[in-house]
Amino acid sequence: MSTQVFYFVATLSIIFSLMVIFAKNPIHSVLYLILTFFTFTVHYVLLNAQFLAVVNFIVYMGAIMVLFLFVLMLLNLNNETEPSKSPLIKIVGVIAGCCLVVTLVGSFKAATITSPLILKNPGLGLVENLGKELFGPFLLPFELSSLLLLAAMVGAVLLSKRDEVEI
Amino acid sequence: MENLTTQMAGVPLNHYIYLCAIIFTIGVIGVLTRRNAIVIFMSVELMLNAVNLLLTAFSVHSNDPSGQVFVFFIMALAAAEVAVGLAIIVMVYRNTKSIDINILNRLKW
Repeated sequence: MSTQVFYFVATLSIIFSLMVIFAKNPIHSVLYLILTFFTFTVHYVLLNAQFLAVVNFIVYMGAIMVLFLFVLMLLNLNNETEPSKSPLIKIVGVIAGCCLVVTLVGSFKAATITSPLILKNPGLGLVENLGKELFGPFLLPFELSSLLLLAAMVGAVLLSKRDEVEI
Repeated sequence: MENLTTQMAGVPLNHYIYLCAIIFTIGVIGVLTRRNAIVIFMSVELMLNAVNLLLTAFSVHSNDPSGQVFVFFIMALAAAEVAVGLAIIVMVYRNTKSIDINILNRLKW
């Protein structure tokens, strides 16, 4: 019975991600994207990946989406300024996407993995287990990702700083 | 929580694969059909998230925590990418007063 929870949440995430693509107003796109990420958080909880659920909730829904919303409101974008492609390009894009999904689903049908998802170790996605993994074999990539974040921060500040000398 | 996740055992792995393929494709369609640079960026985020969910599902399936560690790294990378990308978009908007990507086709020459 409770596998139906998965199908319900999966349907919701597909509907919301379609709304992200087809909403005219970019603000509505961001709000639907937040809802999509919320359904992804529910997926993580259902997979018992609790650390990832919390990180997804805080980092994606909290930080990244606020950044998107902030930039959209800073640039004052709405329906009137929204550029739209010609209907021909849109139809061609949708047909190309349908071809891609048919190819993907067909190829995965050929390589059948029908075995049900069984959680062998209930503590797999908990903070304790992942922390041991992160600070053990993955210590060097972890430290390198901090370097990446520092470089991104410096780059973002440098890019968005107005260059007053040259103008 | 505990018995909810044990009851979740019935979902086959390939249904997760289909779900992630569909959401990835929706992201691709968004990149192909929209002209607003920020919406294109959000479609890229959608694709990244589809991959994250699939990595987590495979990690649970093969009982290996490395997959979830990879998802953590992808999230850090996405945060860095969004910060730099939005800074570039703001700078483009400041110079051209538009975020229509068709304006950027002068980069071809």
